[in-house]
Amino acid sequence: MKLLLDKAHIEGIRYYDTWVKNGGYESVAKALKMTPEEIVEEVKKSGLRGRGGAGFPTGLKWSFLAKPEGVPRHLVCNADESEPGTFKDRYLMEFLPHLFIEGMIISSFALGSNVSYIYIRGEYAWIPDILEQAIAEAKANGWLGKNIKGSGFDCEIYVQRGGGAYICGEETALIESLEGKRGNPRIKPPFPAVQGVWMRPTVVNNVETIATVGPIISMGGEAYGNLGVGNSKGTKLMSACGNLNKPGVYEIDFDLSVEEFIYSDEYCGGIPNGKRLKACIPGGSSVPIVPANLLLKNVKGETRLMNYESLADGGLATGTMLGSGGFIVLDEDQCVVRHTMTLARFYNHESCGQCSPCREGTGWMYKILKNIEYGKGKKEDIDLLWDIQRRIEGNTICPLGDAAAWPVAAAIRHFRDEFEWHIDHPEEAQTRNFGLAHYADPLLIQN
Amino acid sequence: MSDNIKVTIDNITVEVPNGTTILEAARMVGGDVAPITMCYYSKLKGSGGKCRTCLVEVSKGSEKDPRPMPKLVASCRTGVMDGMEVKSMTSERVKDAREGVTEFLLLNHPLDCPVCDQAGECHLQDLSYEQGKQGTRTDFTRRTFAPEDLGPYIQLHMNRCIMCFRCVYTAEQLTEQREHGVLDRGDHARISTCISKALEHDFIGNVIDVCPVGALTDKTFRFKNRVWFTKPVDAHRNCTNPKCCGEVRLWMRGKEVFRVTARKDEWGEVATASNGETGWICNECRFEKKDTADWIIEGPSRIQRTSVIAQGHYAGTVGTAGKSEKLIDKVIGKEPIYTLDIHKVSEVDNPNVHLSQIAGPAHSTDFKHDIKDR
Ligand SMILES: Cc1cc2nc3c(=O)[nH]c(=O)nc-3n(C[C@H](O)[C@H](O)[C@H](O)COP(=O)(O)O)c2cc1C
Ligand code: SF4
Ligand code: SF4
Ligand code: FES
Repeated sequence: MKLLLDKAHIEGIRYYDTWVKNGGYESVAKALKMTPEEIVEEVKKSGLRGRGGAGFPTGLKWSFLAKPEGVPRHLVCNADESEPGTFKDRYLMEFLPHLFIEGMIISSFALGSNVSYIYIRGEYAWIPDILEQAIAEAKANGWLGKNIKGSGFDCEIYVQRGGGAYICGEETALIESLEGKRGNPRIKPPFPAVQGVWMRPTVVNNVETIATVGPIISMGGEAYGNLGVGNSKGTKLMSACGNLNKPGVYEIDFDLSVEEFIYSDEYCGGIPNGKRLKACIPGGSSVPIVPANLLLKNVKGETRLMNYESLADGGLATGTMLGSGGFIVLDEDQCVVRHTMTLARFYNHESCGQCSPCREGTGWMYKILKNIEYGKGKKEDIDLLWDIQRRIEGNTICPLGDAAAWPVAAAIRHFRDEFEWHIDHPEEAQTRNFGLAHYADPLLIQN
Repeated sequence: MSDNIKVTIDNITVEVPNGTTILEAARMVGGDVAPITMCYYSKLKGSGGKCRTCLVEVSKGSEKDPRPMPKLVASCRTGVMDGMEVKSMTSERVKDAREGVTEFLLLNHPLDCPVCDQAGECHLQDLSYEQGKQGTRTDFTRRTFAPEDLGPYIQLHMNRCIMCFRCVYTAEQLTEQREHGVLDRGDHARISTCISKALEHDFIGNVIDVCPVGALTDKTFRFKNRVWFTKPVDAHRNCTNPKCCGEVRLWMRGKEVFRVTARKDEWGEVATASNGETGWICNECRFEKKDTADWIIEGPSRIQRTSVIAQGHYAGTVGTAGKSEKLIDKVIGKEPIYTLDIHKVSEVDNPNVHLSQIAGPAHSTDFKHDIKDR
């Protein structure tokens, strides 16, 4: 079912006129007739979970927002999408800006935010113009500004460009950066719901989360909650990349199997050049990498589905996470050591440098992985890596430390023999790939 | 008192006012129960939470919600709850995590203690001694930074910095305009004035005192002597700067004043002055008044248990005293490293005994002797 991307194919849908002709802003009109509490209630009923990575129930988050008398509140949209492999928010903002702005208006109304912000990553240099145009169009038609459509609610939306730091996607770092300070994550508590932007109560939500609010209001929270399986409600955008015939952004139902997502022609269309699947990171670079045999089926032999619970089945040991939906596929020609090194370099580069385990540990892991990859590794390096990631995880201010530790942990856990092979065959490893070993795609081995 | 709540740290229960952090509560218990802090500074607003050396395990959240906290928490930024139970030195997890943090902090540290002015009063040295391991697991080239000139008074050795942000908060909170900050990010984040500028504000010298390592040192003292070869003497003067308390510590050898610093308390922080405010001192007192005639001498300073100056200033192994006895009894199965309060066993604090009469490396007659011999 398509809730978000159903109109994406329409010519000119980016512009207000076309958008309105196709039923645009009806959800906002409906929302403005409700009370803010009713909207929060609908979102709660829908069971929508945050699409930014952590999957925290949005309605619950909204109900935590402190409402002290006389203090303004703010909605901040996290459009800093910088997680390697994730590019779904970009698609929404670039091609369906009005869907997103609708969500911003409804959410601002529900939360009582008269001034809302969109914090967008600096590298999306052309998108703020698209958003600002959509905001101007909405304002010209009375959907923003003073006393929106006679409801008595005032709202302005501002777009703020980031300076190009992954860490500014972390909600408190984002808030600091929005305030014009250095993007260092804050130490929690206090949480943004109590003290966020300008020390006022703030809700930070992902672009996709906010864009989904419109369809929820249109169809009703209960109807939305009936879609999906378990605690994964509605639909989800996946950005698929890597060794796939048809990489791109797809809207999926939560009962879709991973196998179908990779191989069916409706979605990614299989792996190019007849290669076999080796491993996959299903939720953006921060979630654990899993080998093919654990990706398609869990340890109990059940088919894995593309949803929060099914992918996480098995915990960190044999499972992974849906995360932000950045689906990265590695075929049999890819080297897990090199891949892990690349991720370690990323986290080393993006650490804000506040807390010592992350600042020093990420760099250390990168250097060791570089040694292993370039034929200078030692046997004890693998255990050392394990020890370093173990001491970073959970001991840092913000989850970037965990995000840096998990990929390394998972790579060692599942692909230890590949690391060992690199160390034992330093010269061969420079020219040849380790291949598939025992963790190959079980479906294709059978054939 | 209804405001007070009970918290148990390493099996020792203390009553503290509501809103106290775990760290402050642990400091009330004292001894090794109080974690070493590399970034927290009770006198600086917003400090703490960064270095992670003060991690503790909360084995019971509170009386109301007894669930343990899943992660170790930074005690300096976590408030206590009524009935909370905390493990600091009695937890293996904490020990392991702190050992890890120590290793991380030393990873890119130049370890140039032999030429570092901070040696002897460096918190990183103390931390490595108490919580580090022997040996190293890295043979990578250490990260280095280009030298930066901060003007005539303050020397910045960025290679030694541990990014505690204390100096940034000090500049923010003590001076009218912030003069320096952090540039760049990750392991290349550095303290800088951006476009090489001198730090000139008349209170900026206090960054030297808050810096836990030798990253910010006093240029007027640089390479002139070692901390443990000078003797600390408390003194004061009638400083004309209204914000300056004028109460200082002179570091002397013979009649010569080598260095002037603020007075430090038990936790290595600038102590509260007699006017009840934090004893920050102005640049004039710190850098310009290097003559005993400028000062009214009060007498030998109290020396911290971790100070190298304390080493050798007390004879033999002395039995446990007072508070420490209680610690050993209570901290089951663990041998605290420092169980004795050296003030109870050493003569250094006895105003009737001149420091130079106490046996040990740190008194002036030794050095006079040395020089004569040469
Ligand atoms: C290092 C780091 C980077 C993050 N980057 C993003 C991001 O780019 N976009 C995003 O929506 N959330 C990101 N998050 C998650 C946010 O902190 C926050 O959980 C999210 O914006 C909440 O929105 P949601 O409830 O709608 O998911 C990041 C978190 C961390 C720790
Ligand atoms: S975990 Fe890393 S990114 Fe997060 S606050 Fe600490 S140093 Fe900064
Ligand atoms: S220079 Fe010193 S006080 Fe400043 S951040 Fe570095 S270690 Fe901390
Ligand atoms: S002292 Fe608590 S984290 Fe540094």
